[in-house]
Amino acid sequence: MQSIIYIFPELFLSLSIMSLLMLGVFVKKSFKLINMLTILSLIFTIALVINQPDEIIKIFNNSYIIDKFSIFMKILTLLFCSFVLILSKDYLKNNNIDKIEYPILILASTLGMLLMISSYDLIVFYLGLELQSLCLYILAAFKRDDERSTESGLKYFVLSALASGLLLYGSSLIYGFTGSTNFEVIAENLDESNTAAIFGIVFIIVGLAFKVSAVPFHMWTPDVYEGSPTSVTSFFALVPKVAALAVFIRFMYVPFINVIDHWQIIIVFLSVASMILGAFAAIGQNNIKRLMAYSSIGHMGYALAGLATGTNAGIQSTIIYLTIYLVMNLGAFGCIFMMKRENVFYENINDLSGLSKNQPLLALSFLIILFSLAGIPPLAGFFAKFYVFMAVIEAKMYALAIIGLLTTVVSAFYYLRVIKIIYFDKPKKPFEKNYDWGLKISLILSSILILIYFIYPSALLDAISAIIIY
Amino acid sequence: MTEIGLGHYLTLASIIFAIGVVGIFLNRKNIIIILMSIELILLAVNINLVSFSIYLQDLVGQVFTMFVLTVAAAEAAVGLAIIVIYYKNKGSIHVEQISSLKG
Repeated sequence: MQSIIYIFPELFLSLSIMSLLMLGVFVKKSFKLINMLTILSLIFTIALVINQPDEIIKIFNNSYIIDKFSIFMKILTLLFCSFVLILSKDYLKNNNIDKIEYPILILASTLGMLLMISSYDLIVFYLGLELQSLCLYILAAFKRDDERSTESGLKYFVLSALASGLLLYGSSLIYGFTGSTNFEVIAENLDESNTAAIFGIVFIIVGLAFKVSAVPFHMWTPDVYEGSPTSVTSFFALVPKVAALAVFIRFMYVPFINVIDHWQIIIVFLSVASMILGAFAAIGQNNIKRLMAYSSIGHMGYALAGLATGTNAGIQSTIIYLTIYLVMNLGAFGCIFMMKRENVFYENINDLSGLSKNQPLLALSFLIILFSLAGIPPLAGFFAKFYVFMAVIEAKMYALAIIGLLTTVVSAFYYLRVIKIIYFDKPKKPFEKNYDWGLKISLILSSILILIYFIYPSALLDAISAIIIY
Repeated sequence: MTEIGLGHYLTLASIIFAIGVVGIFLNRKNIIIILMSIELILLAVNINLVSFSIYLQDLVGQVFTMFVLTVAAAEAAVGLAIIVIYYKNKGSIHVEQISSLKG
């Protein structure tokens, strides 16, 4: 019973899912109420997570861990999940998908992510992963009378189920050849001579690479981002990435740390391939959601570069990169949600043409966010890349750093192309200006954070330098 | 007459697993077959887990199997539901026709 006080956040979240479901069944037309309560329960869960103790605690037979890393990642997940819900209220209403299931599914998948982040055992990890993925399949196909949304749901389902299968096969091999599902025991029993278990590690890396959409397991990303409703796309681009990267770090640095020589080269390959594909494939895109998909593939490549170093500085740089990536993407999707005329949302990049004449403020914040995504100093995106490359160079992986820098230059091209369309092309009919307050707040917050990060970077650095994995 | 040992079970599981993976990629006809292939993959994992559990004299493998079975059922339910709504929109579930999103 002693351990139960440490899982209060998860317990609270699961109880609120069930009670909100009951509320939704018995109260007619309760979307607004439930959306509000969902955001409130997310915020309350953040408070519960912050209140968790500082030391490392392992509960339930060492199958669940609470440490600084998991607390930080959980706060990121919950915070950006509530931002996504605030952001997409207007979109949901306009597209007739303001059903009560929507916030509840998001809440359920967030619960799965919390379980994943804290898992210290293969079984707990697998259950968290599936709880998250099952909700995400439904969310991708949520606009059920739309062919593109259902198609993206179908594609995501097939590929993600395959990835879970591979991951599970890897888990079974690791269980068999190390004799336990517990991360610590696996780390004790795993060594270079255990070939079958290393075979299992490859399967697990494939499954995890799929979840963070690293090349060559990225094929679902552009289709799912483009096809699913924009609110779901923004959720996909922000929240599951945190959980997937968190378990990626946990897997590589807790159970598999003894065989770092074997997995390091795989991660370097994933990272390089994602950086290159993310930079080149985005050039020819016309749909802004598809562009964001390729941009997220590229960004995950940079995050994985920090992970590949095998040092604590590398992990910390990955976490900083992830945090700044989330802030930038929040702003970017805020801008995409503002591309609306007469209750129709536009997704084509050409629809942005001449935005600076009609809506100079929106154009300015779009400019800041795109410059930051491209990594131009002194915006936050530059510092994110700077920390990652510093860690990579300290680990003496010069080739990785050089390829990363070169792909940054290439990827600047397609961000600048969007800026050129916004600032120098002929103006089109203006977008509507009666924005939702949630949208405004998120966009302003994200733009300001990106702008002023360089004044006081130690705020984030201090929080993250306390995170030590091994 | 040789005794059936762990190696035989692992070989069986890996063959079933390979059939499942190849089934997803080679199948050009029907999505239901992909669903069956996914089930095959999960069942191969179950065979693996149960045989390891016997070999290691450790119950965790069998507990894991129970969880995998449950999740497989949930996954099949969600997958079939998605296929049904897709069929309602498109009127067909041919794999080759699932291509309106590309670029």
